[in-house]
Amino acid sequence: MDYHSVQTTCPYCGVGCNLGLEVMDGRITGVLPAKGHPVGQGKLCIKGWNAHSFVQHPDRLTEPLIKRMGRFQKASWDEALTRVATRLGSIRTKHGPDSIGVLSSAKCTNEENYLLQKLARVVIGTNNVDHCARL
Amino acid sequence: MAGLVAAFGSGAMTNSTPEIEDCDCILITGSNTSEAHPLIASRVFVAKEKGASLIVVDPRDIQMARRADVHLRQRPGTDVAWINGMMHVIIAEGLADREFIAERTEHYDELEALVTQYTPERVEEISGIPADDLRRAARIYAKAGTGSILYAMGITQHTTGRDNVLSCANLAMLTGNVGRPSTGVNPLRGQNNVQGACDMGALPNVYPGYQQVASDAVRKKFESAWQVSLPSQVGLTVTDMIELAFSGELKAMYVMGENPMVADPDINHARKALTKLDFMVVQDIFLSETAEMADVVLPAASYAEKDGTFTATDRRVQRVRKAIDPPGEVRQDWQIICQVAGHLGAAGFDFESPEQILEEIARLTPIYGGVSFDRLARGEVLHWPITGAQDPGTPYLHRDKFSRGLGRFHAIEFKEAAELPDSEYPLILTTGRLMFHFHTGTMTRRSEKLEQEVPAAFVEVHPADAVSAGLNGAERVRVLSRRGEIEAGVRLTDKIRPGVVFIPFHFAEAAANVLTNSAFDPIAKIPEYKVCAVRIEAL
Repeated sequence: MDYHSVQTTCPYCGVGCNLGLEVMDGRITGVLPAKGHPVGQGKLCIKGWNAHSFVQHPDRLTEPLIKRMGRFQKASWDEALTRVATRLGSIRTKHGPDSIGVLSSAKCTNEENYLLQKLARVVIGTNNVDHCARL
Repeated sequence: MAGLVAAFGSGAMTNSTPEIEDCDCILITGSNTSEAHPLIASRVFVAKEKGASLIVVDPRDIQMARRADVHLRQRPGTDVAWINGMMHVIIAEGLADREFIAERTEHYDELEALVTQYTPERVEEISGIPADDLRRAARIYAKAGTGSILYAMGITQHTTGRDNVLSCANLAMLTGNVGRPSTGVNPLRGQNNVQGACDMGALPNVYPGYQQVASDAVRKKFESAWQVSLPSQVGLTVTDMIELAFSGELKAMYVMGENPMVADPDINHARKALTKLDFMVVQDIFLSETAEMADVVLPAASYAEKDGTFTATDRRVQRVRKAIDPPGEVRQDWQIICQVAGHLGAAGFDFESPEQILEEIARLTPIYGGVSFDRLARGEVLHWPITGAQDPGTPYLHRDKFSRGLGRFHAIEFKEAAELPDSEYPLILTTGRLMFHFHTGTMTRRSEKLEQEVPAAFVEVHPADAVSAGLNGAERVRVLSRRGEIEAGVRLTDKIRPGVVFIPFHFAEAAANVLTNSAFDPIAKIPEYKVCAVRIEAL
């Protein structure tokens, strides 16, 4: 049996409490507060104590999906990425880069947000990039 | 954040979370802190035990209000009026910090001329706050050695959201409560990395680190770093995108980890708008209501399956660490973006790790210049701005001067909300959050324990309004606005003002945002979630 705990930052509100994800044989079994961490000071709220439970939910998407005739069908990554690139590319050619909008995410990391705005500006060629800070 | 940028030059919490414990006075408004930010609420309780005064301004009798020295219950949408009224009292009673105003600020005279007209009695007529309570609150805040204002979406989600924020900034500057520990104007961010998404330039007007896309010098810097020519025109906000999708000018959307179908105001309108798109790709961990409308869905890793950094509400950059492998064919968002860029034939996306991406961020973003995985691994506490490897970071902003130089007062007249109650829709609906759920519920509603606590939407109704609406003991009601209707359970409570109903917005099957008004602040582009007119009917 392999057991270890990984300290990370809570995925819920913006306070930035740290928590330990308890990992047993490759599955998360629970959450412990990060003792001594200056933000949470060893405490968590009820959302933090349950921050692991949605991660391994059976509803998780596990494969790329492409909609055909109004229904989703499983697709390979190569097929899905090709479809995305082809459609965005042709819409950009036909209607211009500002006909495409990009929504980034307050739940993704800084590195991912940086890359998505870079994709919008560098690859698509538009400043139409925003996220849900307003919502 | 547009308001704080205009007043101070920087749109983030001015002070850090631990400083809350040492405040002499804390003024909370538009934040249901103990439900939405429980561990900041516990800091407030510690401050109270150390002798701090607590002022809560909220239409609802929330938990924080019960611990307050003064609770002001304003009619929703009247924040500019009561803040102007507090400033009127502070100036009239000689409690303003004249030295701070003279040395650190500009445009004070305009403010003074305007707030002279906002006597506590006039403010009582507008807001319903008793004049003497307003006077008491003004004196407590102004006389405190260190006063901190905490606010959240209850201030910003109005057509006058920017005015409300500017008013908070006015109040803090008037009393010299900026640029010192345990003071400031502190917006509490609702999502774990909303601060980071802003910092990283996921905004239509700025590159990472709030560097303006409209500035030629800035654009040249990024053009040379990224080896492309870049658009100079400011882009569309999310609110604009929905409008232009509806009118047919926006043809495609790329959505990463967002659920505008539940989060947007006037959902029925948002659905029609997204249906008109020629193409939409959604990258998410679940098949959200928005993903269901997509043409292609890309499965992404959750926070527990990735490395990187998040930036907390107080500008503190912290590590995210991978605990387990993602399920099935799932890939990390950063890998997916690099692969989409690759399929579009772009260069500059050949990253091998989040650490490499952070190195590029630090090179191009002065406020993140000194952030690195190494420093975070050593346990350093890093609040931006952190300009270099030796810079220890900045727990509180604007110490000797404001980011913009002088702090700018704005004289602001009170304006009514975009939609007021009338005979057809006699009640004000205000929306908000619950302790057990998060935003659109995609995560918490798949968490058994949290879902058990509050499994369904409800509407809080004052007993007097239940009588007027003829509910007659009904357990469920229909709530109608000019935009749509939903059904929900009733909770009768006198914790809410008569004439006001409250619905938490977490529940997709009875989404409060079917009802809300998409009228938005003309500059901040934040929709008016906190005020719209509705009526209720027994089911």
